[in-house]
Amino acid sequence: MSATETAPPEAAAPASPLTPQGGDLVRRHRLSTRLWHWANALALFIMLMSGMMIFNAHAHLYWGEFGANPDRNWLTLGTGQLNAFPGWATIPSHYSLADARLWHLAFAWILLIGAPLYLLWSLLNGHLLRDLLFRRSELAPSHIWHDIKEHARLRFPTGAEALKYNVLQKGAYLGVLLVLLPLIILTGLAMSPGADAATHVSALFGGRQSARSVHFIVAAGFAAFIVIHLIMVVLAGPFNEVRSMITGWYRLPRDKGDKA
Amino acid sequence: MSIILNRRRLLGTGALGAGALLLSGCDKLNDSPMFRSALIEANTWHQGAQRALGSGALAREYSYADMSPIFRVNGNTNPDDASYKNHAATDFAGWTLSVDGLVKRPLALPMTAIKAMQQRSQITRHDCVEGWSAIGQWQGPQLGQVLSMAGLLPSARYAVFHCADRFGSSPYYESIDLVDAFHPQTILAWAMNGQPLTVGHGAPLRLRVERQLGYKQAKYVMRIELRSTLAGLFGGKGGYWEDAHDYQWYAGI
Repeated sequence: MSATETAPPEAAAPASPLTPQGGDLVRRHRLSTRLWHWANALALFIMLMSGMMIFNAHAHLYWGEFGANPDRNWLTLGTGQLNAFPGWATIPSHYSLADARLWHLAFAWILLIGAPLYLLWSLLNGHLLRDLLFRRSELAPSHIWHDIKEHARLRFPTGAEALKYNVLQKGAYLGVLLVLLPLIILTGLAMSPGADAATHVSALFGGRQSARSVHFIVAAGFAAFIVIHLIMVVLAGPFNEVRSMITGWYRLPRDKGDKA
Repeated sequence: MSIILNRRRLLGTGALGAGALLLSGCDKLNDSPMFRSALIEANTWHQGAQRALGSGALAREYSYADMSPIFRVNGNTNPDDASYKNHAATDFAGWTLSVDGLVKRPLALPMTAIKAMQQRSQITRHDCVEGWSAIGQWQGPQLGQVLSMAGLLPSARYAVFHCADRFGSSPYYESIDLVDAFHPQTILAWAMNGQPLTVGHGAPLRLRVERQLGYKQAKYVMRIELRSTLAGLFGGKGGYWEDAHDYQWYAGI
């Protein structure tokens, strides 16, 4: 189980035999988290790559209800000859809006169904409130600043403390679950003329073209999250991190002073 | 230790393999008939989901102030067809719309008859599959009114729109089911922004099916054919873009 309640490290009391120690193999990620993580990993890569191909079909973004070539755009990528995104980054690698849509709108079901289910499940099993939501003390500027400094120096928590998410991790995961995923789903639905007629969801974003712009910005946010996430996995020890997300078992990092 | 190293190597190989699969394998999957049909199947669920959300829902209608200053043209903008060009030269005075197939009373409606029917005017958003949108005003009789005049036979399930334009040797055509055909906002527009349609926008008559993407809005409509199935007509997928490139027949998404 992730982030089980353990004694805070500030209390430098000798660890009781029940407190997990650096070097112990512990349960970290529950099954729902592991399944959802890998389903999302697959779906997000495909959505980003097919999404870039879809963007190539009309590489301009606008604010408001309407927006087409004669109208003022706020972003244009690529040129007349050069696609906005190169073939190695897109699905498929050759230009095909129709095929990219086949991929995008099929794998969209994974995000559309997975995100609300996981959110609900994490509310019910306590994961969200216990492990992810910020505690008041964590939001003190001094605490946040401390975590940022530790992170920037690549000094990661060891022993039982490594079972808890720090304030930056919580921010990243909550940002994905409560901000990026809902926004990407709602702006996706807003661009669908049928879903928009039934729900008028595009009005939330000030129009279909605004929704399309937000969709693009949020997709860029996902791309940034993935890059940082993968860098952190590599820095924190890729074998242990990936194993914990596949099997659930995680070896607590030892303190520098601990005997190996 | 060696076990861990081996496992590390395995993990690294796995990650590399996954990356390679993602980059090159996606194209192979894209060409695999089985994988493609699975993708297409998942795409068709959107129609069911949207119909469950509200099959009678109305697309948003806008005010004059919301309209695009310039409504760009797209697709074929000047059909390369001698007969069409003759009609265009005479302001489409001799244009007739045929309604046939699985109907009780086949019709041949001149433009004067279409303009004399009860009209619907709507300011709606046109969403192109490429991603852009434009807002314009459309006017014409509801398609349902025309279909009721012809009287559908019980076996009729699709309305097919045969058009005067073509891509290479393939004529443009599109089709919708009866849920969309009898939707109140589905009209046969002969006017746009208060003027008769220009050639670029589909003169003299085009379909507006407001809850679907632009490629369903067939221009230069000559004939409406009622059918029980789309199989056996051109490529069998119900439209030019559907046949040519696997654009999805249900274009509500």
